[in-house]
Amino acid sequence: MSTIQLIAGENEPHPDVALVDRVRGGDVLAYDTLVRKYDRQIFRIAQHITQNREDAEDVMQDAFLKAYEKIDQFQGNSKFYTWLVRIAVNESLMRLRKRRTGKMVSIDEDIETDEGSVPRDLADWAPDPEQNYGQAELAEILRKTIQGLPQGFRIVFVLRDVEGLSTEETAETLGLSIPAVKSRLLRARLQLRERLSRYFRRKRGAEK
Amino acid sequence: MTCSEFLALLDDLIDDSVTPETRAQLQEHLRGCDHCEVTLNTTRKTIEIYRSHEIYDLPPSLRERLHAAIMARCKKGC
Repeated sequence: MSTIQLIAGENEPHPDVALVDRVRGGDVLAYDTLVRKYDRQIFRIAQHITQNREDAEDVMQDAFLKAYEKIDQFQGNSKFYTWLVRIAVNESLMRLRKRRTGKMVSIDEDIETDEGSVPRDLADWAPDPEQNYGQAELAEILRKTIQGLPQGFRIVFVLRDVEGLSTEETAETLGLSIPAVKSRLLRARLQLRERLSRYFRRKRGAEK
Repeated sequence: MTCSEFLALLDDLIDDSVTPETRAQLQEHLRGCDHCEVTLNTTRKTIEIYRSHEIYDLPPSLRERLHAAIMARCKKGC
């Protein structure tokens, strides 16, 4: 009998609950479904943290394998996806530490900066500014810009705004307080906005 | 409301988690402050652009390779 609690809404369990239950009962195919459901997100999160494609591949495999091994420890008081993301974030930080030959890596790295906390670039952007760039060029601008954020801001922005976790889920996943998540999110958003302004601001006449 | 006070509530406004009274105060500030209006609109656009553009794609061939490796290990009991 299932020990997993109802977590999605008052009456309906999250669809993952039944899949996790089947995995616990030895149904590997049910795990296949969960991997396919979340692999893109886990790969993306790992890339954002490690900023290295090979590391992201390793993190994705290790995170799904670890989740499978520890599935009995999943309590069901959070979503399976949030639990999986927490594993992937930890694996990514471990991978970074390995690459830096044992130096400690934490999500608090480099956050002592006031950059972007007060908007300086107040020029309006062109309408649909992304259309001024080709797809590959735009992706490069977006990658370069987000890679320049301090790690502790970047992870919060990715989980909250790109992957759609709630403030509470982001706090739980990263072991941060809710006010810390909120403060980092605001600064991440403002810093990204400031940096993107360089590319997206409305151009005056022929001026570049 | 000052620009600093507006900025402190910017995220709540973007995430639609302000009370109707606070929203009215924020909108009142926006009516007289072009700078905050630009900051709000361009911050919203920043989020939207990152949400709608895949910057770290997982190509199908790589996805299948990683998937096969994960499932092979799971079937062996990891």
